[in-house]
Amino acid sequence: MKQIRIVDGIDLNEAYSYLNSPEAGAVNFFVGTVRNNAHGKAVKKLVFEAYVPMAIKEMEKLSQLALEKWEVSRLLMLHVVGEKEIGEPVVVLGIASPHRDTAFQACRFLIDELKKTVPIWKKEFYEDGSIWVNAHP
Amino acid sequence: MKIKLFGITREIVGESQLELPKDEKVETVAELKHWLFEQYPGLENLSSLAVAVDHAYAENDTRLFIGQEVALIPPVSGG
Repeated sequence: MKQIRIVDGIDLNEAYSYLNSPEAGAVNFFVGTVRNNAHGKAVKKLVFEAYVPMAIKEMEKLSQLALEKWEVSRLLMLHVVGEKEIGEPVVVLGIASPHRDTAFQACRFLIDELKKTVPIWKKEFYEDGSIWVNAHP
Repeated sequence: MKIKLFGITREIVGESQLELPKDEKVETVAELKHWLFEQYPGLENLSSLAVAVDHAYAENDTRLFIGQEVALIPPVSGG
C-alpha cells in the first residue's frame, strides 16, 4: 500500500495512522521542516511550488524503485505547496516494514532521490529579500 | 506551442505560460532552449534548465510535437 500526495499541510498523526499496520514491526519517518536560517541569514518563511502532475509521477517512480528493492508494507510520500512558517513540516517520507533496517534504508532513499528529481521549488524569504534555492551556481 | 513555467523561470519570463510564435522553427528540446536563451538571457544563468515533455524529463534531442505538454524545470529544491 502506498500514498503519494502534494498537500497544503501535513498532519503527522494522520501520517502515522496511515503507516502503522499490524504486519509491520517498524515505522520510520523522515520529516523535513522549515529551518529558521540558511546561508548565515535568518529565514522568515518559505514558499513551495510544484509542477503537480509531474511531481506525482516522479514520486511514483521513486516509490516503485523502493518497493522493488525493499520489503515494504506501507509507503507514504507527502510534500507541501504554499507558504510555510518556521517549524512547519514540509515533507514526510514514511515507511512501514517488518524490519527496521529496511525502514531506515528505504526512507533515506526516498528523501535523497526526492531532492534530486521531483519538480518542487523552494523560495526562501529573509529580512532583506528572497531567493529560489539552488537556482543559481 | 505553450510552455509552462515554474519557480524562477516564471519570474524571469514574467508569465506562468509562454506561447512559442507560430513562425518559429523549433523542433527539438535543444532548439527550444536556444530560442529561450535568446529571448530571456536570464535563463542561461541558471545552474541548470531541464525541459519536461508530457510530465517526463526530456533529452536535448527529444523532438517536440503539437499537443504535447511542455514545461521548463529549473533546478529543483524540494524537501
